[in-house]
Amino acid sequence: MAEARPRTLFDKIWDHHVVETLPDGTALLYIDRHLVHEVTSPQAFEGLRVAGRPVRRPDATIAVVDHNIATDATRRTGITDPESRLQVETLEKNVVEFGVPYIPLLDARQGIVHVIGPEQGLSLPGMTIVCGDSHTSTHGALGALAFGIGTSEVEHVLATQTLLQKPAKNMRVTVDGTLPVGCTAKDIVLAIIGKIGTAGGTGHVIEFAGEAIRALDMAGRMTVCNMSIEAGARAGMVAPDETTFEYVKGKPYAPKGEAFERAVAWWRSLPTDPGAHFDKEVTLRAEDIVPMVSWGTSPEDVLPITSTVPNPSSFADEARQAQVQRMLDYMGLQAGQKLTDLKVDVVFIGSCTNSRIEDMRMAASIVRGRKVADGVRAMVVPGSGLVKQQAEAEGLDRVFQDAGFEWREAGCSMCLGMNPDKLTPGQRCASTSNRNFEGRQGPGGRTHLLSPAMAAAAALAGHLADVREWQPQ
Amino acid sequence: MKPFTNLTGIAAPLPKANVDTDQIIPARFLKTIQRSGLGRHLFANFRFREDGSENPDFVLNQEPYRNAEILVAFENFGCGSSREHAPWALLDFGIRCVIAPDFADIFHNNSFKNGILPVKLPREVCEKLMEDARMGGNARLTVDLERKVVVRPNGEEIPFEVDAFRRHCLLNGLDDIGQTLEHKDSIDSYEARQRSSQPWLYA
Ligand code: SF4
Repeated sequence: MAEARPRTLFDKIWDHHVVETLPDGTALLYIDRHLVHEVTSPQAFEGLRVAGRPVRRPDATIAVVDHNIATDATRRTGITDPESRLQVETLEKNVVEFGVPYIPLLDARQGIVHVIGPEQGLSLPGMTIVCGDSHTSTHGALGALAFGIGTSEVEHVLATQTLLQKPAKNMRVTVDGTLPVGCTAKDIVLAIIGKIGTAGGTGHVIEFAGEAIRALDMAGRMTVCNMSIEAGARAGMVAPDETTFEYVKGKPYAPKGEAFERAVAWWRSLPTDPGAHFDKEVTLRAEDIVPMVSWGTSPEDVLPITSTVPNPSSFADEARQAQVQRMLDYMGLQAGQKLTDLKVDVVFIGSCTNSRIEDMRMAASIVRGRKVADGVRAMVVPGSGLVKQQAEAEGLDRVFQDAGFEWREAGCSMCLGMNPDKLTPGQRCASTSNRNFEGRQGPGGRTHLLSPAMAAAAALAGHLADVREWQPQ
Repeated sequence: MKPFTNLTGIAAPLPKANVDTDQIIPARFLKTIQRSGLGRHLFANFRFREDGSENPDFVLNQEPYRNAEILVAFENFGCGSSREHAPWALLDFGIRCVIAPDFADIFHNNSFKNGILPVKLPREVCEKLMEDARMGGNARLTVDLERKVVVRPNGEEIPFEVDAFRRHCLLNGLDDIGQTLEHKDSIDSYEARQRSSQPWLYA
């Protein structure tokens, strides 16, 4: 018998889920878990209704509201914005009509779809997971194949529990060594995107590997996988290991008892075989990573916090020079300014990149016993109601509030300008979210991406700051 | 879905790389529950000033580009969020074809599913087409999906590649779901197998 071809983690999950291969090589891929939120689903349910089609597997589907909702006390009295309210009410009607399980706004489990999936054990190793949202890549941290889809595909999955897909290419990003003090998973992923660019992963699924990735807890792995989409990749993943199994064990929707043992036995067979082929390989040394911050309006425009704003003339071609000048104008920056001299108006700790309990702890450890600088609006938005409860049980809410932070309810909040939490034109924000596009946090808003620890330091200093100078007291 | 066979029309030049979906349609316009009507918000942050008036400098506010059916841009078009509102907005405005050196994956997928043809051509070719587009109404481009060529105003034909299955669907205006449901038996038997080997995936 011929020796089986060595396969990657991605190959194995892919192969396992191919229902049928069509003559031209397109695969009909089975989808194990479908997460649904209010923004990208209304037109999909409408399509089903028009065609008279049911949801094929409501038990594999779950819906939650996160993008549109307020994260202050007003959420209890009803959504004021009529369009936001309509989207939420439309989802609430659709889940009843189609029998889809739903986590309502005032349920303690409500939160950002990419936080609650892993938290509830809805996202498991070896699964195919989709959601009408590009940051579905987050769930790849569990050793799953998880990717974002458009609304037509949401409708396709609701109706058929499958997707028509062409296989992606394999890419491996290896981070060797040990991360220096003050650096986090966020700095790893910003450094990776800075190195490979926003199209560096296009057409590929990235497997993150190496000692520094293995050493990350699940929250850190989720932060890294979350931003694979910012590197252009279709998905990001980390091979499941003991850290993964430990995390999954006991989660509400995870298998229990004997089923859990059976599942783990299968999950152990998933990591990439030695000698498997990668179409693209990139290696970084963790020791070289420094706390990172973005200066431009694309996530690849990142630099160590110790740097100065780049000079457009230092870039090679004219098109890029013009682009950099445009970014500096938008960001209100001058070439040569020290990044640590940039005053911030707002600090946002939250989003599906960095709103888990580990992120809260990291930020709180820097904030404890200190005060937010005058004139800075600082907010912490937990990723789910359960993260919020846990943080409160640990007293982290007091740490933040005593320092002058707002302590808010779970949701996407200021990650995108779609709910009441927005920047006003010209405001500069240190943000733990994932996108620094023009207008992303509100028209004219200026976003600097960084880690929760760096965001905490910026809030205390009143300007972008090197967290290594703000270590816990 | 409206079939796409052969299109001759005005091409608007958008000489930018990394045109992300937040630029194509900003998040504040995603609060709709319909597919139609998004054309007026296409590139809203460029097309309109803060007071709501039109910005005359933006290409789609200029004649003849108000009637553009083709968009020519540079690398990594459609990066960012998965919002299908981006192709919906393009389509509602009247754009049926985007030509660029490459596209972000999800946008690329979403375009086909909405009857928009994304055409990938090398940067140098896109630069030539950008020049053609700058000539406005006197220089229409033809995008012929049957023959897989773009025809420049000077008659030069530029061949392009497109996935055979997607081309077939686009030429015939076929809906994916209907096609997939023809494989219902395979899906049923996949589920039966999985239900016995991984019962925890079934409630
Ligand atoms: S937190 Fe931001 S990136 Fe994450 S799902 Fe919400 S809007 Fe998208």
